Parts: sequence; structure tokens; C-alpha cells
Amino acid sequence: MSEQGAVRTGRYFMQGNEACAEGALAAGCRFFAGYPITPATEIAEHMAGRLPGVGGVFIQMEDEISSMASVIGASWTGVLSMTATSGPGISLMQENLGYAVATETPCVIVDVQRGGPSTGIPAVPFQGDMVQVRRGSHGEYEAVAFAPASAQEMFDLTILAFNTAERLRTPVFLLADAAVGHMREIVEIPAADSIERLRRTLPDAEADPYAIKGFLDPDVAPMPVFGRGHKAHVTGSCHDAYGMRNVVDAQALDTFVRVLAAKIRRRTRELAVIETGNTADAQVILVGYGLVGRAAQAISLQARAAGLPVGWIRPVTVWPFPDQELREHCAAARNVVIMENNLGQMAPYFQALLKDQLVWSLPPQILGTLHHPDYIMSHIEEMLK
Amino acid sequence: MNQIHHPMARYLRPGKEVTTSCPGCGEGIIAHSVLRAIDALGMDIDGFTFVCGIGCAGWIPSPYFAADTLHTTHGRPVAFATGVKLAMPDRQVMVISGDGDLTAIGGNHLIHAARRNLDITVLCVNNRIYGMTGGQVAPTTPASIRTTTTPSGNEEPAFDLCRLVEGAGATFVARWTTAHPRQLTRAISQALQHRGFAFLEVMSQCPVHYGKLSREGRATDSLDFFRNQAVRRNQAARMQPGELAERFVVGTLVGEEDIA
Amino acid sequence: MNNSVTEIRLAGFGGQGVVLAGVLLGRAALEDGMHAVQNQSYGAEARGGAARSEVIIATEPIIYPEVTAPHVMVALSQAALDRYVADLRPDGTLIVDDELVARLPADASHRILGCGFTRIATTELERGIVANMVMLGYLARATGVVSLEALHRAVPGGVPSGTEALNVRAIDRGAALVND
Repeated sequence: MSEQGAVRTGRYFMQGNEACAEGALAAGCRFFAGYPITPATEIAEHMAGRLPGVGGVFIQMEDEISSMASVIGASWTGVLSMTATSGPGISLMQENLGYAVATETPCVIVDVQRGGPSTGIPAVPFQGDMVQVRRGSHGEYEAVAFAPASAQEMFDLTILAFNTAERLRTPVFLLADAAVGHMREIVEIPAADSIERLRRTLPDAEADPYAIKGFLDPDVAPMPVFGRGHKAHVTGSCHDAYGMRNVVDAQALDTFVRVLAAKIRRRTRELAVIETGNTADAQVILVGYGLVGRAAQAISLQARAAGLPVGWIRPVTVWPFPDQELREHCAAARNVVIMENNLGQMAPYFQALLKDQLVWSLPPQILGTLHHPDYIMSHIEEMLK
Repeated sequence: MNQIHHPMARYLRPGKEVTTSCPGCGEGIIAHSVLRAIDALGMDIDGFTFVCGIGCAGWIPSPYFAADTLHTTHGRPVAFATGVKLAMPDRQVMVISGDGDLTAIGGNHLIHAARRNLDITVLCVNNRIYGMTGGQVAPTTPASIRTTTTPSGNEEPAFDLCRLVEGAGATFVARWTTAHPRQLTRAISQALQHRGFAFLEVMSQCPVHYGKLSREGRATDSLDFFRNQAVRRNQAARMQPGELAERFVVGTLVGEEDIA
Repeated sequence: MNNSVTEIRLAGFGGQGVVLAGVLLGRAALEDGMHAVQNQSYGAEARGGAARSEVIIATEPIIYPEVTAPHVMVALSQAALDRYVADLRPDGTLIVDDELVARLPADASHRILGCGFTRIATTELERGIVANMVMLGYLARATGVVSLEALHRAVPGGVPSGTEALNVRAIDRGAALVND
């Protein structure tokens, strides 16, 4: 499949959703399946226009269940594959998300979050799916998710999501919200040869198909993709390293669950991307992810300008929860304020992590809007009294 | 002493020659027909991707067939197969799954793949009941049949699967039964050679659940039922609607020439 | 260095093109070498519901990505004005389509400007759909948030192809409405 024209190097005033699609194409994505849903639809529309020109395939499926299914099917042919949706679609994708985790299928799922529960409000920014993408499918597993805060990060983190998915053979989420998806900003698309593109490892083409250990290696097994004579056996049932089903032994289940989890857990530190400022001497640290992270940063800088000891943290990796980095950066602070555009979905994770600090969960005054600087400043002043 | 090998054994994974099907199950006949058809066409089984769902019939290819196999979530094999086929159009993609998987929970994927005329073959094993979970009513269970979830008899009519996919746009549709293994094999070869969406319904016996609960009887009784109640398409055309009530039409129902 | 920031809110009903106007404003800001963020919000209706597009233009990268108190607000409908005018800065500029907006804020300390953008687009340019561009030309000239040249350069690629000349004419017509 052609790399020609896939990378639109240049500087643009570009919408976040479009930047996401361009990031996918630049990463090498050549299969997209999806179903229309506000506020993510522009990603599908853009991929529908662009993929045929680079030798890729776009299909609008009958629902989000089948979108996720066909993405997994395509990934097993060796093609980088993705879908994009919003919360209601994520609810439907959870079934096959679990399948992708269990079968170690690399793919990228973009969730441009809307206000919820249920149909909610389609185009209002909200961060209601933070835990859903972590725990939404049944069983025990680890999730990987990045939260972009700008149109540029919609491009950059989509590439990171693909590289991570390919490297770890696991589904990876891009957790944007409606405002990040719809906002337009400067997006710089670098030269094609400066973009890092990681690919899954494959078994030796000549390998004895029955000797391929294509699953359940904490160091990530080579992926016996279809069409190369590997006679791959891919199942969402509990299986062994050869992909053979074992639905009898608890020991097999133990290995199945532990190895899949270990593959991600062991790499928590290397997967952690977080941005911080002024944390070393801060008495108050504002934490926010996604667009709210920019509010945390801006308000923290405003407070500093007023002479107040305030720092900020913006976790870009939200899953696996970057616990060590967060603990290190919060070590000196007395107050840690978790700003979220929800009623406090990630806050309990911080509260469990930070035993020496006062951890505050602070939604915006009106859910679905960005935290207003005046509102946060009044809280900061209160804490510093 | 020379060892005797089953001619189809070379298409099975080493060490996976013994099925987990219940005694009397029709799936062995169907597996055999699929492999016979591939063999007769001289196709390379490594050119196939088999896709199956959850339920007894999913275990026809998985893990027995020595080929790339995607054993998916319940109801979704056609949707998974869509991704495989679109990303790898040169490969044969064959879905083998059951009536509950393909037409109850997965019904929407089935009709949309038929509408798209996606170039895959879907073989639906219709045993008229949920076997793996122990005998619950299916959309294919005939009216009045007693199952574990219709203790007073099924009050709903059954799906006519072939007419369903025909209405959705399938360009090859055939129905046979496990009592017609040779015709079934030829229909599978036809389906595999068909360009476009090919659907095969195979009526199959489930003596352990359906046979017992419906009092149809043992496996051989079901096979007798299939043989006696099956009506060829040209025969059916000459019959009064009332005469067809308890019977079902077999043969190629949409697509190229009928099978003798 | 001083970071100069201008917050602009464009509001109307769906179909009036306030989102596209915001996008062009952002593109023009880039042409002027500035940083820009454009946000939008709208109801479920494709036409006729409330539509709002906000643009921040700054000399430095923009961290807080949303408008909190606009320096400039444009209202192309009475409903949009009533709904969104409250947090316009007291010394801010309010631009209205004065044939679609009859009731102005009572205690207005704002600089209030207006023209019949929609009528001019319909009668003079024979395309009501470019009322947003007439407004944009007017906005650029009246406030100086972007240069007219930058706005011209933002048109190709920013509007449906084939309509570039019409849009440029509409922008120029709007700019000419400003009394120097």
C-alpha cells in the first residue's frame, strides 16, 4: 500500500478531527471502519475522502459493533486499522474491544467524547468516558489511552496511539472531547521521513506454523497475521501461547489474564507521557487532562503571575495511570486539585495514590464547559489562606 | 503395516482430529463437506480465512481446520469477515457459524453483508435451537416446539433464513441438509466459486437438545425427517401452499444452476 | 514581550455561516503570523438552530483555549445577541446585522456597529449566503483583528472551490462599508 501522498507535510489551520485523520494516515493507517456520530463524524468523512487515494479501505458499517469487528478483522491481515466514535459508540464497541485485548490485536479507537449518559448532548465537550474505556468491557484487562489537548495533539497522539498499538499488540484509545475534536488550531505536519512508524513483529515467514508462539508473551509475541501460511488460530476464548483454546483449566485462565495485563503494566513508566510546570515548589497543583489540562496550565500560570505558588500537571497518558510520575510531581504540594469535565472520574485514582496530600475533585461550575479561571482562582486563594 | 489416513485428515491441525461435538451431531458431516469441496476444487486451504462465532457450529473450523481461523465474539463473524475480506480481497473468506449466532444476535451483520454483496461465503448451520447453552429457543425453532425457554411450546414463527438473505440482496443462496451430504458438498463448491455474497443454510440435527426436547428423536430420526420433508425447488413450485407447511425447500434458491 | 490577545465571538442561527466565518478569521490570523484557536458550538439542527463560533487571536501560543470575555462580538440574529452578549467586555465592540437585530443591550457601554450584511449580500451580490463574508470584511476593517490582505489569502482552500471570487468580492464589499 502506497505511502505516496499519505503525509501532507505543511502548516495548517486545521480541525482536531481532521488532524486526527491526517495523523492516522501519516502513521500508516490503511483501514477505517466506522458509523456516523457527532462529534466524531469528521474523522470518518476525512478518511473516506483520503484512504482510497493512498491504497486504503474505508467502510461505513451498519453499527459500531461491526465497525470494531471489521477493524479487528482487517488488523489480522497486517493492515493498520482504526475506528472513531463517541460515547454511545464506545458502549457498543466494548464487546469487541475485549476481543481485541484478548487476541492482542493492534488497533486505534478514537473516542471524541460528548455529554452523557445515553444520547446526552452530542457536541458539548465532556470527559464522561474516562473510566468506561478503562473498565467498560467485561473481565480483567489493562487499557491504554492518551488524552489530546489540541488539534496538534490530535495529530501527534494518533501517531503515538498507532505506534503503541503496534508495539504492544493491543487496542489503544485516543480520548478527545468534543471541543478538541471540533477546534481549529495551527497543526504542523512534519516531513514524512521524520515520522516514527512502528510496526508489529511478524513470525518468520518460513516458520513451522504449529511451532509459532503467537500469543501471551509479556515481551509481545510476533503476530501470526493471515495470508502468510501461519495457520493462525485467533480466539477470544482463553488460550495458550499457540492460540489453542483452553476453557477448562483455571491455570490457563490465570496465565491468560496475567500475561495480557503484565504486557501493559510492566510498561506503565515508558508509556507515561505527562506535561508539568512549576510543580517543584507548588503548594497547590492543578491537574487536568485533555482540554481541561490547558485550563489547568493557563490558570496556574495566571496564579504564578500573581505570586501564588501554584503548579500544573497534564497527564497525556491517562491509562495506564502514570502513578509514579504523578506521585513524584505532587510530592511537595499540600493541595492537589483534580480538574475534570465530569463529576470526578479520575479523582479517586489520585486520592488512592496521593496519601500525603489533600486531593480535591473539582468539576467546572457548569458541566460541559471549561473551568473558568475566576472560579479556580477563588479556590486557590481559599486553599492558600 | 501401512497406516490408513482419512483423505481429509491433511486439512486438519495435527492433534486436533477428534471433535468435541456431541454424539450424533451433524457438524462432522458439514465439516467433511466443506473440506471435500475445497479438495475437489483443488484450492489451497492456506488461501482461506475461516471466520466463526460463538455456538456449536463455530467449532467446525475452530481449531480443527489447518488454516487461518478467526473465532470471534458471539454474532459478529460476518462483521469480522468484512474487515478481513476488504483488507485482503484476494483471499477466500468463509464464515461457518450457527443459526443463533448468525441470525439472532448477528442478524443485522448478515443482512448488511448480503446487501453489500460482499464476496464471502457464509455457511449457516441451522440446528433449530441453542445447543451450546443447553436447548433454548432460537429464531429458527419451529412454532409450538418445546425448549428450555419455551416450556409451553414456542409461540413465535421461525425465520426462513434463505428468504431473509435473498431479500437482503444475496446473489447466491442454497439450502441443504445433513441428509444430503453430496448435494451439500457441490453447493459449497458452487458457493466458493461464486463472486459475491454466497449463503448456505444447512439443516442439521441436534439429537441431544432439539431431538430430545421436540421429540423428533435420535440423530437418524432427524436425518429421516430432513430426507422426507425436503422439497426440491421445482417440486415446490408445483405444490399448494398448504402442502409446504411442515416442509422446506432445498437446492440452489438464488444463483446459478440447481444441483441434481 | 507583551502578549496581545483578542477574543471574538460570532453568533447567529445555523445556516448563516458563522462557523465558516470563524474558520476564515483563524486562517487569516495565521496569514498575519499570529496564533489562533477557533471553537464552535451548535444545536442538533443543521439549519436554523443556534450557532456560535469563537476565535482567539494572539501573538503568543494560546493556552486557555476558550473565550471567557470577548473583545468583539458579532450577532447576526436577535436570539444570538440576547443569548450571548452578557459577557462581552464593557469596552468591547458589538457588531450586528442591524436589519435582523432590533433590540440592543440597554446599558450598552460597548462600541456598537452595524450594517445590513444580509440585505447587501442578497441585493448587491445576489447571494444571501455570503452575508457572513460581508460581515467578515466589515469586522476586519472595523477592528483590525486581521488584515484584509490576510483575509484574502485565507479564502482559497477555506471556501468551497469555485466560490473564491464571490467570497473575496463579499469581503471587499463588507470592508467598504466601514466609514474611515
